[in-house]
Amino acid sequence: MLTISGLRVRYGNLAAIDDLDLIVPPRELFVLLGGSGSGKSTLLRTIAGFVRPEAGRIALNGADLTALPPHRRPVNLMFQSYALFPHMSVAANIGFGLRMRGMSRAAIADRVREMLELVRLQGFEARRPSQLSGGQQQRVALARSLAPRPALLLLDEPLSALDRNLRRDTREELVRLQHDLGLAFILVTHDQEEALTMADRIGVMHAGQLIQVGSPSEVYERPDTRFVAEFLGAANVLPIAVSDGRAQLACGTAVQAAMDVPADARWLAVRPERVTIGEADAANRLSGVVVQRSYAGETLTHVVRLEDGTLMRATTALQQGLAAEAVTVGESVTLSWQPNASIMLRQ
Amino acid sequence: MMGRRLVLAIPWIWLLVFLILPALIVWKIALSYPVDSVPPYAPMLPGLRVSADSFSLILSDPLYRDALLLSLKVAALSTAICLLAGYPMALAIARSSERWRSLLLLVVMLPFWTGFLMRINAWIGLLQDNGWISTVAVALGLSPLRLLYTDTAMYIGIVYTYLPFMVLPLYTRLTQLDASLLEAAADLGAPPWRIFLNITLPLSLPGVWAGILLVFIPAAGEYVIPELLGGPQAQLIGRVLWQEFFNNRDWPTASAIACALVVLLLLLPGTIIWATRHVLRAATLTRGVAAEARPIGAPPSR
Repeated sequence: MLTISGLRVRYGNLAAIDDLDLIVPPRELFVLLGGSGSGKSTLLRTIAGFVRPEAGRIALNGADLTALPPHRRPVNLMFQSYALFPHMSVAANIGFGLRMRGMSRAAIADRVREMLELVRLQGFEARRPSQLSGGQQQRVALARSLAPRPALLLLDEPLSALDRNLRRDTREELVRLQHDLGLAFILVTHDQEEALTMADRIGVMHAGQLIQVGSPSEVYERPDTRFVAEFLGAANVLPIAVSDGRAQLACGTAVQAAMDVPADARWLAVRPERVTIGEADAANRLSGVVVQRSYAGETLTHVVRLEDGTLMRATTALQQGLAAEAVTVGESVTLSWQPNASIMLRQ
Repeated sequence: MMGRRLVLAIPWIWLLVFLILPALIVWKIALSYPVDSVPPYAPMLPGLRVSADSFSLILSDPLYRDALLLSLKVAALSTAICLLAGYPMALAIARSSERWRSLLLLVVMLPFWTGFLMRINAWIGLLQDNGWISTVAVALGLSPLRLLYTDTAMYIGIVYTYLPFMVLPLYTRLTQLDASLLEAAADLGAPPWRIFLNITLPLSLPGVWAGILLVFIPAAGEYVIPELLGGPQAQLIGRVLWQEFFNNRDWPTASAIACALVVLLLLLPGTIIWATRHVLRAATLTRGVAAEARPIGAPPSR
């Protein structure tokens, strides 16, 4: 179990990590999600030992790591650039961490063979990294960081250098591997789809702080803040006023919500895929004119200008094919959503 | 197309006029024999008079062989000192912050702002019996130092002169080193000294070789420094060549020495680099195969 408490990292005057607390239980795949400059990579590098925190404590299974240099920490980091040693063979790369631990040659050979099997690179042991494809390099980097049996594996944007299709396959493979190994992973990414599909829990980072931590569905369905709602997936965000426990849109329409409306709620968020066009039976209804229509293969998105001028998006899954969605630009439509699709946000 | 050829022609013409032609002339003189004339050697034409006497002389007379061996020894030792002193310097400069880096590089190259002979003369002033170094030693209660016209003075001069030629290629190579490789090694459990031995040093080898060549080759033929700072016993090949040329007026022998030195300097480092590469490759291959491929029984896929 990784326990981080009161962690603070400062680059000059800038607080890269600001009073951060986090607990990652064993066997969990924890994804740190954030934009560039959010501090997610800094947090990873601080856990690995490359960044010295100004304050706070990092402990792994009860042992304090905070003062240890990187080479004494029982965690391994898989680098975004892979950082494979160009002058060593694949086998020597994978065996490097074991060699540093003073393992015998025979034991290293066994473990390297095991790792090559794990990442399906048997027969590649004598190659140099430069003779491998990007996907193969990624697997060598993974095998190298797993070989010393770390208590925790850190992965810095492990899929960012792969092309789209390979990325999807590798994503599934990584999750399977993490599950089979029963090892805690902390994975950093800026890709929300990657975070949602892979994570046991997601931590959304912004300005050096973890602003929300929870399972993918929790973070997606019940974002705490407008920032999280808009960063993870798309969201229609409309200002609201609350009086007597009831929320009202600027146009005066009352909002039906399944959750209690906090007295200080300021925004209503509705996911575009929860908004339907033309159905009148849902509790929340707004009318407007379609101004844009964009086709994305699996889905069709209409942008609708409401009567007060605000734009709202409705995304429809194309289960019946495009013909079923006959609404065209310029048409007047009614948008509706169920009360449980209304998300009330304080900030 | 025409313009590109013209541009490419310039370095070729330069090489032809200033390197290849002079080299051919030296070979021509080496294959001649001395006569009492101006210039003091027999013309090759008419009748194609060629003589290998000069080459058989320098190969048979131990004077030349000893001078050559001494030169190689002095050059090798100087190169080793330059490497040992220059590597930490290059590493320190490469690892320093951007702002310091250019300043430190400037300091390394600063001596080039002054003429070479001026600097060697300055060293005479420092090293001579009542010079600064000896004076300081006496002031500290030590006995006066005899430095000038000794091997020590000669080595000081050579190392001083050629150190920048070691530092610069090493520095260039070390700044290109990907810092994430060093971090990856640390992450995998390598303490700093093992990072240096396993990552930094092997990856800087091209810079090391460049530095060694840039120091060893000119140091092997060095004439001025042993002449001005070294003692009379330091009969290096450069001095012997000078004596043959100017004192004995034996141009063919002097030319033969020059030719032999060029051939040796081309062959020696080439052979060493070739041998080292093959030994290194064999070593890494064996390690890779022994550690991983043998148990499976699969041949390494290269």
